[in-house]
Amino acid sequence: MSAPLIETRGLGMRFGGVQAVRDVDFVLAERELRCLIGPNGAGKSTFFKMLTGQLHPTSGTVSLRGRDISRAEPHEIARLGVGIKTQVPSVFDGLTVRENLWIAAARTNRGARIRSVVDAMLEQVGLAPVASAIVGQLAHGQRQWVELGVVLSTDPELVLLDEPAAGMTDREVARTVELVREINKTKALIVVEHDIQFIRKIASKVTVFNQGAVLVEDDVEAILHNPTVRDVYLGKKVAA
Amino acid sequence: MTARASSLAGIAVVLAIGLAVLVLTPRLFELDVVLNVTVYMIMAVLALSLGLIWGFGGILCFGQSAFFGLGAYTYAIAVMNMGESTLPLVLSVVVPAVFAALLGYFIFYGRISDVYLGVITLTVTLILFNSVNSTAGPEFHIGSARLGGFNGIPGIPALNVPFFKDWQVDLEGMFYLATASLLLVYVALRALLASRFGRVIVAIRENEGRAQLLGYDPRVYKLATFVIGAAIAGYAGCLFANWGNFVSPTIFGLAQSAQIIIWVIVGGRGTLVGPIVGCIGIQWLTAALGANAPSETAGWAALVGNVPLILGAILIGFVLLVPKGILPTLGDLAAQLTPRRAKAAR
Amino acid sequence: MDLVALLAIQVLYAIASLALISVGLAIIFGMMKVINLAHGEFLMLGGYAAIEANRYGINIWIAMLVVAPLVVGAIGAIVERTIIRWLYGRMIDTMLATWGLSLFLVGLTTAVFGNTTVGLSAPLGSFEIGSYRVSAYTLFVIAVAFVTLGGVLAMLRFTRLGLVARGAMQNANMAAALGVNPNRVYSVTFAAGAALTGLAGGVLAPVSGVFPTIGVAYVAKSFITVIGGGAAIVTGTATASALFGAVNQLATYATTPVFGEVALLAAAIVLIRLLPQGITGRFFRRSL
Repeated sequence: MSAPLIETRGLGMRFGGVQAVRDVDFVLAERELRCLIGPNGAGKSTFFKMLTGQLHPTSGTVSLRGRDISRAEPHEIARLGVGIKTQVPSVFDGLTVRENLWIAAARTNRGARIRSVVDAMLEQVGLAPVASAIVGQLAHGQRQWVELGVVLSTDPELVLLDEPAAGMTDREVARTVELVREINKTKALIVVEHDIQFIRKIASKVTVFNQGAVLVEDDVEAILHNPTVRDVYLGKKVAA
Repeated sequence: MTARASSLAGIAVVLAIGLAVLVLTPRLFELDVVLNVTVYMIMAVLALSLGLIWGFGGILCFGQSAFFGLGAYTYAIAVMNMGESTLPLVLSVVVPAVFAALLGYFIFYGRISDVYLGVITLTVTLILFNSVNSTAGPEFHIGSARLGGFNGIPGIPALNVPFFKDWQVDLEGMFYLATASLLLVYVALRALLASRFGRVIVAIRENEGRAQLLGYDPRVYKLATFVIGAAIAGYAGCLFANWGNFVSPTIFGLAQSAQIIIWVIVGGRGTLVGPIVGCIGIQWLTAALGANAPSETAGWAALVGNVPLILGAILIGFVLLVPKGILPTLGDLAAQLTPRRAKAAR
Repeated sequence: MDLVALLAIQVLYAIASLALISVGLAIIFGMMKVINLAHGEFLMLGGYAAIEANRYGINIWIAMLVVAPLVVGAIGAIVERTIIRWLYGRMIDTMLATWGLSLFLVGLTTAVFGNTTVGLSAPLGSFEIGSYRVSAYTLFVIAVAFVTLGGVLAMLRFTRLGLVARGAMQNANMAAALGVNPNRVYSVTFAAGAALTGLAGGVLAPVSGVFPTIGVAYVAKSFITVIGGGAAIVTGTATASALFGAVNQLATYATTPVFGEVALLAAAIVLIRLLPQGITGRFFRRSL
């Protein structure tokens, strides 16, 4: 078997005196869909940032198809086919929706291809009616879609989604589920999400983070019935 | 597409006005007016250079005058040594560009933040000013060109038609050259900004982190923008050295750098016409006020004719009250009045 | 031997004057994250305040040590109210507005005082080291720098104002948590920084003379000292001044004053590249 898409070994990140992520061994196969859950501060976002090069780990390694990318810069990792939708939408607020997608599509396409990719993406994320609107003036939910569209327009092979359903209406969540399934036909995904119903609809396998480390990794149903997981995370959620 | 059409219409209007100035000025006005308009045009080229790197690239360079001065001095020294101006003209663009490449590499690859970028570019400008200013003695010369220190370099030979040493550009020719250069630089920058490169630098200005996560290396793009801006400023410096056949270290000075920034902030960041309008407007204003002030010491007159005082007040006023600059603010107003035409404001 | 002593005094003087012209800026930058590009003009105004006060018959020491800081402190308070306050959190805009202020003040003083150099004759006379003659005023400037830095340190460490200011340095919301109006803290800090700058301007007036555009000579030097020093106000100013002052003076000794200045600026650029957080961002991190 060839090397997995993403593999981390003993991955750790320390900020001053705080160990945000410790000793994470994580493997993701090609075209796999994985969910990450865990309480706030469990280290999920820090973990994402190490996968994308926004943070360089203080210990351990990240490999992409067997190639060590622990020290690579974000743009280098992006060029290897990793795209991320961040928790707070990070888009080009001063530009139009179309221009946002154009910038992304132009990184991997040339000439007339760019325009056709942008047009297709506008349809896919349902933003065609607001294509000429300035992104900064759109509602939060719509900016989420813009960011998704931007990330997908570069046609990455691994898509990281940090809380894609946060702040969305039920209908938008349903559309996001559909979109995630659609993406997963050709790409691998890692999704950080709190909404258990959402996870149930999309994932087979779940990794639970707690206090910077991997607590357990299993099928979604098994996770839901795992007493330790209930204690650290779901238990609190249900009680609340 | 309407956005494209209106953008082309904008370029057409600017070109029409520019050509009108080009054709009419020498026919309608005396030579002294033509000379003044020439220097406005040259400074407008300089304004465009900062308009590109600050307004579109988001790089606030406090030392744009360093590249301007470097271009002027390079031309002066080279042409005095070579006699023929073709290579000196090229050098006046290349030398500032190479200098900017080294400085920019140091800044952008050193992950130096915006604020420090301001302080470093300002410091470099001061270094150049101090160094050149202190080269008054006869021992400071490059080839046959004496640097002259604070006295500057007088008697710089004018540009000639490339490779034809005897066909020198006269005063009126200088006007045509400067105006045509401004139009050319304007059109070239419009084309640059419409290209993939131009769109990416604007995207980096909008959100550097996002651009990087999409796979663009912001350092490369910022460095390239910085170098292009320096090359244009250097070219403006070459024209300026030709205009008066004279250069002195004051063109490296902080006052000069401040002026360039004021032109851009007054006219408007994120536009190309804005810096041109700001530059010509401010220069006209200071010239008019300076000329009308009766004497330096007479009470209010000393304040009205006082260029630093007025420029300072303008800068403070614009930062506090009109931070976007005149053109974008007018655009916003127009957009509010006619909501459907909001897109055309660019 | 005499030459070594002389050189030592000159290096010490270069360090002291650098620290003196920078400490006011360091306070404003360190606590408020405001870059005041009119800093050089504050120094210039301190010089004029001292000279004018002396011209009207006020004792020279009082003119330099009391009038200059009071006048410039008051100007600082006005500037904070009218310009700086509207731009908090917008660092670049603050730089631009204070650059405008710098030009404005140059223009204003030119209109009022004319474009000539005015001076104060340095008091205290001179003494001899071997065959070299040294102005006693040099030693006075060194002493003022020491006392000023010591005073700022003591104030930061032992007074309530210092406590609040340290809180504000760590975290802008901290001052509010301590029950202090942050606007008040900023006003007082800016005025205090301006006052110290006025003091420096007054004390240096007899050495350099004063003219409207003298600020340009100071502003870059003080900036790079502050940025080179890093977050800690006193330690940063002291260490960066020591480094840059020594470089400046030794290069001056080896070549000319102009290239001494150039060496200082070049050293600063290299330092900022190597230590973007300044000296105290890497060393002496827990100092003030």
